[in-house]
Amino acid sequence: MDVAGAAVVREFIRPATVGDTPQEILDLMGWDAELAERAGMPTYPCLIDREHVVAELYGIVNVPTAVWIDEAGRIVRPPEPAGMGDGFRAMNTTTFEMPAEAAADNKRRRRIYVDALRDWIAKGVRSEHALAPEEIQRRMAGPTRREALADAHFRVGAHLHRRGRPDAARPHLEEAVRLRPESWSFRRQAIVLSDPALTGQVAATTDITMRRSR
Amino acid sequence: MTTTVLYGTRVTEVPDAATDRDRLWLSFADFEKATGWERKPQGLCLGETCVPIPAGKHWIDERAERIDLAAFAGYLGQSAVADAANGVWGFGPATSPAVLLSAEAPDFTLPDLDGKMHTLADYRGKKVLLYSWASW
Repeated sequence: MDVAGAAVVREFIRPATVGDTPQEILDLMGWDAELAERAGMPTYPCLIDREHVVAELYGIVNVPTAVWIDEAGRIVRPPEPAGMGDGFRAMNTTTFEMPAEAAADNKRRRRIYVDALRDWIAKGVRSEHALAPEEIQRRMAGPTRREALADAHFRVGAHLHRRGRPDAARPHLEEAVRLRPESWSFRRQAIVLSDPALTGQVAATTDITMRRSR
Repeated sequence: MTTTVLYGTRVTEVPDAATDRDRLWLSFADFEKATGWERKPQGLCLGETCVPIPAGKHWIDERAERIDLAAFAGYLGQSAVADAANGVWGFGPATSPAVLLSAEAPDFTLPDLDGKMHTLADYRGKKVLLYSWASW
């Protein structure tokens, strides 16, 4: 769905730019300079999910979210923030600078997450970070009716938008955001669809509101 | 007016659906095409999953060979949104997803940037870190 977004990825994310990672990005991602230096093109599949299929199947409402799946195809950790905190809230939304404390917290969270992931890779089911099926089921309670209705509205809105009818799409996208305000996936997508010029610039700030097409 | 049915990842144009407020009557053939659910002796089935058709339900009309998809979706616990003015019906996920019955990771197939399709189940035998990010 987010075709404009995919174009931005193609245009801006190139190996040549990886070495020039600014400090603001390092702080936001919890990377140190050495880690950023090692960055390269991914060797794993990067999939495009235009319809938010995975989000709906797994109940994902924000990014970055990760799920751990074992060799038998069983979930051993349900969707959860992948080593990210909410340090971005302290970010200066104009300069993208982050206070040292928040940047350090991002780094710490990232390290804990990656260490836990490595522990599971090494020990499998014996890792203390791999959860029992009962715990997975408890944590992955299904969507409420309100959340499911939000998904249905989002789907209708996205479809109408793809068919070139943004005015018909807007009430559905707004209703999806109203019913599921915690879904940043809906919110960002709705913002980008209503104003494609914002693609690539929608930071995770708390003061974003839906904008009308101009 | 053609009705567009959005169900799961399917987008189906149905030329002669009979809609009436919260009812969406589809011929059996259109129902199967739009949803992937099939009529079988044991009930309605989606792959290996079958649900019996409760007796006395008014949402299946054997004589006219049609089924009310909105009511069937409600029976499954799925939400429906009808946009009558634009002829679009959208269906949300079931409120009690299959994942509750087991910790098995729901399967999906998606394209990479080059259009090559990848299916989660093809990665059995390996650990998978499913990491979501966005392009905005």
